[in-house]
Amino acid sequence: MRGTPFILILIAIAAVIFGLARWLDNSYAFFVGYVVVQYIVLGTAWNILGGYTGYVNFGITAFFAIGAYSSVVLHKLVPAMPLPAMIVVGGVMAGIVGIGTGYLTLRLRGVFFSIATLALAVVVQTLITNWDFVGGARGAYVLRPRVAPLIGGGYIDYLFLIMLGLCVAALATARAIERSALGFGFAAIRDDEAAAEASGVPTLRLKLIATGLSGGFMGMAGAPLPFYVTYLDPASGFSLNYAVNAIAMPLIGGTSSWLGPVVGAVLVGGLQEYLRVTISSAVNVLVAGVLMVVFVIIAPQGIVGLFKRKR
Amino acid sequence: MTALLHVEGLGKRFGGFVALDGIELEVQGGERLGLIGPNGSGKSTLVNCICGTLQNETGSVRFADQALDGLSAHERTRRGLARSFQLPRPFASLSLAENLRIPILYAVNARGTGAIAGPAINARCRDLLGEVGLAEKADRLPRDLTQIEMRKLELARAMAAQPKLLIADEAMAGLLHAEVDEIIALLIRLNGQGVTVIMIEHIMRAVMEFSQRLAVLVAGKKIADGAPKDVVRDAEVVRAYLGE
Repeated sequence: MRGTPFILILIAIAAVIFGLARWLDNSYAFFVGYVVVQYIVLGTAWNILGGYTGYVNFGITAFFAIGAYSSVVLHKLVPAMPLPAMIVVGGVMAGIVGIGTGYLTLRLRGVFFSIATLALAVVVQTLITNWDFVGGARGAYVLRPRVAPLIGGGYIDYLFLIMLGLCVAALATARAIERSALGFGFAAIRDDEAAAEASGVPTLRLKLIATGLSGGFMGMAGAPLPFYVTYLDPASGFSLNYAVNAIAMPLIGGTSSWLGPVVGAVLVGGLQEYLRVTISSAVNVLVAGVLMVVFVIIAPQGIVGLFKRKR
Repeated sequence: MTALLHVEGLGKRFGGFVALDGIELEVQGGERLGLIGPNGSGKSTLVNCICGTLQNETGSVRFADQALDGLSAHERTRRGLARSFQLPRPFASLSLAENLRIPILYAVNARGTGAIAGPAINARCRDLLGEVGLAEKADRLPRDLTQIEMRKLELARAMAAQPKLLIADEAMAGLLHAEVDEIIALLIRLNGQGVTVIMIEHIMRAVMEFSQRLAVLVAGKKIADGAPKDVVRDAEVVRAYLGE
């Protein structure tokens, strides 16, 4: 399937999902849907760097929160700014930070790179916590409009629609990468960086593209967050849950294809939300952990890997 | 005619250890050069400095009338310098055909002329695999290969970059007698197609059979350079290998 039909099918699926949620007319469905789709975007973003290029990023919350807090700042400065514009700004900010961190840390390999990204998350959280303009440790309130622009209905409908759109963009990008020279270059870096260089792959430039794209999509996923939670403080914006889930979901679904993070996010995210309302709100963290351990043992290639033909 | 590869006063240190000291080396276009030396004499370091994996501290490398100093490895590959690694380093998650696709996409197609597009890339990958006798395994993963097949893949990947100069770093270590013959034949065939080849090798039979000229490195210095038959009789070379 070529690129354009694939995007059209994605849009059609997103439209059907949105239509279904509208038909259900249950705001809880929108809340759950938003979370799951947000994790598809986060997992896909992580997978561009972690799955395709082989650099494991633990600093997801840094990029995610940069997106979220750039919306807080924009909302305070220009309250009338439309959300899609905030998402673009948040994505660009996080993308730039991604490229910057990439440039500083990509000389590190393996676990050392991962530790550096973990440090980045701590640094960004410390900065935000001490930045009074965005509320510091107290947090910031973001009052969202009562009615959704353009489509009418509750504002959560609008947030869900926006997140679905982001999801289509992220998946189309991931799949385009897989089939392009860029994807082969990423795979070469993942498998053997020295051999990739010897084969003409400009490894540093490609790694910067990967960190930029990955960070950018994480920032975009985070940008609508203040409107979703309406009260954002560092503890929730930098919650470990985001990082754990964004890594666990691609690993469980499969890191080799764009479909992996989707499968992982729908399965794990859906299960978490189900358990949150049936058992307890704390048990959902356990789900990602237990499933990740199980899958690393029985299906290291993830669910998608189980169905791929053995070569 | 100026030489294709021109190494001048090349020096490399690792801390206090002098790995290479004032290496002078010229390779003419179309030549087959053998490079030998005891373990630790600096052969692989020299390859790494020529190919840009390591940066030399002193001296310079000129290739096809251009200075390579300061260029990264991938830029040198794009200019026509290819190497195989001493221990095969295939892209483990990619099929054999896809392994060859990488240098075509990133070295050949980055040159501006002679770019290969679309289905032609796949055909080219399979042709190259056919040349080294791996056509039937084109869709397999490198982990399914035997040692000699791995070496052949390594050479095929270097060839896929369409180099002017190929440096084969111990492409035959650990292979059987008949397998060594196969690789020599392969390298001579490539040379016949106009590719200059530098062969680094410990197997003297292979070196003598292959090389038109022989250079010897000992402890980071080049101690001999000339016709293979003369070089192996050189008193200094004999001393380096056999002792007093």
